[in-house]
Amino acid sequence: MSEQKKLRVGWFTFTCCEDSTILMTELMNDHWQDWKKYIDFRHARVLKTKNVLDDLDVAFVEGAIASEEQAKKLKEIREKSKKLVAIGSCAVLGMPSAQRNSFDEKTMQEIQPILDKFKQFSKVKKLSEVVKVDIDVPGCPMDPKLFLSVVDSALREFKIIE
Amino acid sequence: MHNICEIDLKSVTKIEGDAALHLEIEDDKVKDVKFQVTESKRFFTQAMRGKPVIGLPQLLARICGTCSNAHIIASIEACERAVGVKVTEQTKLLRALTMYALMIRDHALHLYLFVMPDFFGKDSFLEFDENDELEHQLLHDAFEIKAAGNFLAQIIAGRSIHATSPTIGGFLHFPNEQDLQEAIVKLEKIRPAVLRLIDVMKKSSFSLESETNFVALDTQRFDFLEGDIISTTGERIPETKYREHLERVVIPYSQALGFKYDGEIYMVGALARLNLIRNKLHKNTKKDAASALELFSSKNVFHNNLAQAIEILHSVDDALEILKNTTISPEPIVKFEMPKTNTVGVGVIEAPRGILYHRVYVGTDGKIIDGELVIPTGQNQIILEKNIGKLAEKCLAEKMDKDKITFEIEKLIRAYDPCMSCATHFLKVKWTGK
Repeated sequence: MSEQKKLRVGWFTFTCCEDSTILMTELMNDHWQDWKKYIDFRHARVLKTKNVLDDLDVAFVEGAIASEEQAKKLKEIREKSKKLVAIGSCAVLGMPSAQRNSFDEKTMQEIQPILDKFKQFSKVKKLSEVVKVDIDVPGCPMDPKLFLSVVDSALREFKIIE
Repeated sequence: MHNICEIDLKSVTKIEGDAALHLEIEDDKVKDVKFQVTESKRFFTQAMRGKPVIGLPQLLARICGTCSNAHIIASIEACERAVGVKVTEQTKLLRALTMYALMIRDHALHLYLFVMPDFFGKDSFLEFDENDELEHQLLHDAFEIKAAGNFLAQIIAGRSIHATSPTIGGFLHFPNEQDLQEAIVKLEKIRPAVLRLIDVMKKSSFSLESETNFVALDTQRFDFLEGDIISTTGERIPETKYREHLERVVIPYSQALGFKYDGEIYMVGALARLNLIRNKLHKNTKKDAASALELFSSKNVFHNNLAQAIEILHSVDDALEILKNTTISPEPIVKFEMPKTNTVGVGVIEAPRGILYHRVYVGTDGKIIDGELVIPTGQNQIILEKNIGKLAEKCLAEKMDKDKITFEIEKLIRAYDPCMSCATHFLKVKWTGK
């Protein structure tokens, strides 16, 4: 019997509350047997220690981009992924992580030392301001039905299942 | 030299996510340990100002994905105390059920997906072998327990993440009879799995003894909601006075704040709760977890894992008690008037990882003037750092290599369950010296 071909997946998190990561682990309650069989999590900090960032079929990216370091990492993920899916409100729209973008001047002065110290962007960005995004799964947390349909389509598109 | 107060900016950061560790070793001695929360700040303390009080709990839920429902309940409590709302007995029970649902799914996530691979020498829980009897059992147990917690959260609170039903003054939706009966069936079904989990955790040989002051909320039915704050020293203070006992410690290299309690480092969380108030556990939990409970009180930090497993059992048992003996019917939320003067409210609960403190100042227009939050992982950060150093020295004395020491430290950090993504496999150790 030939070994089951698996979808090469990465799950990445930037600036956010990681609610969609939690939701993903809750969806796993019903889908873990399929995912175990059909998905190779190459990089998913929530699930494993030995993560590698190599060629991916699909990168799921949660969170907004708040620093050059994060932007650089996102670009690397984009280069290595055939598809990039923005997961949840912060990735798709920037909010609520980008709430500081609309702070008044006085509040900005208050937080500026922190932004400087940790080399944060002056404005928090949604993913599409940094890289090309193929699919959006909005929601806070992400819409679970839409996410499952994106996973299902990818499994078919990459010929993992018929 | 690692606790230097240099800035005093009121700030709230989510503490799950990225973290790193810097460890300096010289002549087989730990010279410096820096546990850094590197996650970007999202400035909720600033963002809450000017928001209407009615919307605050939903905003603050977004601080943390995994404990969002704990933030919602703590924030609701703080807002209710500010505007003078007293809720019904049914609301209190629905909030207890919301907390039980959270503890079941959150502790199970931590224990199975983060901790258990270490027990079995696996990189990931999904690598567990379906053909091995025990591993097969644990895989199925894990997802059934999590699913039951998730279901309970959905029927009581609307969702298990960023719950939609709890609000200032009560609940917006109520479960129907069929859902309640289904919840009873699911909870009864997972009970044997929870007992197996306690057994696995009890057999763990992981150990690090640490003299620590434990601090917890003395809740009357172990429902994580209300009570005085008590500590190992025997002191007892009301919730509203908690902040006065805390000293904020700015950790210059970390995007999170540390805290001391009455000038001493301390620990909050399941181990603190079991050490201080295990006599309040449900009678069925006391009976069926009796041999595991004999290990408490405990100074072994790794017993935080066992303590969480016992809390899952208690959450199942007391949720069943409530569901079987209460008729839940729709009722209106308690309305409130805008305050006549500027006012303040404090909400303190036990989140999965320990005491969570929300304080909110509300103006006469019903808008938030200011607020402050103290988060469990921040409170545990200093003791965690201290114990990482202690463990590293123990490992060095046993002549372990760097990879092994890193793994041992990761296990320790996971036992503290700092928060979702930190709790798992993140550790970047920068080695200096040796």
